[in-house]
Amino acid sequence: MDKKATRDAFGEALLELGRENRDIVVLSGDLEDSTRAEYFKKEFPERFFNLGIAEQDILGTAAGMSTDGLIPFACSFAVFLTNRAYDILRISICYNNRNVKLIGSHGGLTVGPDGATAQCLEDFAILRVLPNIKVICPVDAIETKKATRAIVEVDGPVYMRLSRPPFPVITKETDEFVIGRANIMREGRDATVIACGLMVYEALMAADALSKEGIEVRVINMHTIKPVDEGAIIAAARETGAIVTAEEHQINGGLGSAVAEVLVRRIPVPVEMIAVNDTFGESGEPEELLSKYGLKDVDIMNAIKRVIERKRGGK
Amino acid sequence: MERITDINLLKEKARQFRREILEMITEAGSGHPGGSLSSIDIITTLYLYKMRHRPEMPHWPERDRFILSKGHACPAVYVVLANCGYFPREELKDFRRLGARLQGHVYTGVPGVEHSTGSLGHGLSVANGMALGARIRGVAFNVYCLLGDGEIQEGSVWEAAMTAGHHKLERVCAILDYNKVQENGPVNEIKNEEPLLEKWRDFGWHTIEIDGHDFKEIMEALDEFDRVKDRPTFIKANTVKGKGVSFMEGQAKWHGKAPSREQLEEALKELGF
Repeated sequence: MDKKATRDAFGEALLELGRENRDIVVLSGDLEDSTRAEYFKKEFPERFFNLGIAEQDILGTAAGMSTDGLIPFACSFAVFLTNRAYDILRISICYNNRNVKLIGSHGGLTVGPDGATAQCLEDFAILRVLPNIKVICPVDAIETKKATRAIVEVDGPVYMRLSRPPFPVITKETDEFVIGRANIMREGRDATVIACGLMVYEALMAADALSKEGIEVRVINMHTIKPVDEGAIIAAARETGAIVTAEEHQINGGLGSAVAEVLVRRIPVPVEMIAVNDTFGESGEPEELLSKYGLKDVDIMNAIKRVIERKRGGK
Repeated sequence: MERITDINLLKEKARQFRREILEMITEAGSGHPGGSLSSIDIITTLYLYKMRHRPEMPHWPERDRFILSKGHACPAVYVVLANCGYFPREELKDFRRLGARLQGHVYTGVPGVEHSTGSLGHGLSVANGMALGARIRGVAFNVYCLLGDGEIQEGSVWEAAMTAGHHKLERVCAILDYNKVQENGPVNEIKNEEPLLEKWRDFGWHTIEIDGHDFKEIMEALDEFDRVKDRPTFIKANTVKGKGVSFMEGQAKWHGKAPSREQLEEALKELGF
């Protein structure tokens, strides 16, 4: 299976967009080498600004640039762009409803050896409570390219989370990507895993393994965390009766919470959540971290078994 | 808009505006008179003397931009915008009421307002972004940003100051409403900011110090900003909190409190009404 980092795909897509659309400008917090915004910088230096290590200033400047028809991409590590500059994001971008695209690379535990301070595990939670903004986490490199184009079509703020290491490429060029519409990756009727980012791949591995035991699991790629696809969630609950969520994020407030909020209001069914369990990360290789913090295919398999047990009236 | 160059006429306008500021805050029962009265002479001079703008076309692409970064002083901006004709003056009495456009902190739902603020330390980065965007597009307009002295304790202001200096944003003019009193006391006791001119100069700015209630000095400083071509301009405008109403002047307690009906009458009498 091919592997490619979503940040690499973003850098390529941004460059292509830059060639097509002269309104696109890019602001960086001195991390364009890591976010891959440097591809754009090399070809369009006059539309690229490294504003230094000043995330609040980057978001405020982006808000100002957007007022006259430019489409600013503000790029940095997810932790700095969201956690660090949150008040600017809330007021100058979301309250003012500015057409700014926020690109947070290095999301999740898979940042790896840089450890807890660089591993963004809170972005979904703190952004999805803000009005006006859309929150996206593409599943692989192919989807990231489509998403990069799609967010430019949105008139308003969008946050897109990217990842550092290469991820398996599990979608095809021909697959449709629509913001707010989940993609079913695999059918099944015993339970559904709703995941985003790398965890969709882990979920598919879990589903394949369970299939050998006669358990058929639907896997949904919920690439848009906000607005979450309520229809897909309700249909999964109705048709499979048990839900597992999986994300590289804190267990509180992220995709799992977004899914559970829909379910408790509309169609309560048993839910299990795979996420980082209210603790900070640490240094380590991505795979080691995923294992230690319970985010591997085997963890999802166990969660699926638990949720099916609950569905059948066990504990 | 037709520019007003007659200082006496500007003074008279500002006197009328002070009345409307006090009336709208009294009517609302809450609001920020201190910083509205300290900044009104500057805002009056900007909109009536200096800025190129068309109230009948709030989004005219070549207009100069004004950003009120100290968003709580919005009564001053609302009154000036209403008197320029951006929206009906009758709306001033709806200030801070449910469903009104005139929100408690400056708000883009009001015609003529360029950016909603309220949380401090937002405006200067946004002003820089507007100026950078204009530079990329080859459009020429000025961006004025009014900052509070309490506000510049926010670190984000200094991130923006560094950016404007580095990128030589000669179309950006930051004006400090230096009334020297913040919500809980004198600025120099809470967190001294001096020497201010030196700080801004070190960040790459042209600096001017004026009396922010002297129209001639305000006009000259704004004209000087026009002539500075290689860097942004910082105007330190020495002002008096609550200027024009003796019992409010220099008083921290009038930062965010509405006058009673009796106090309003007393204030209007002092202003010659």
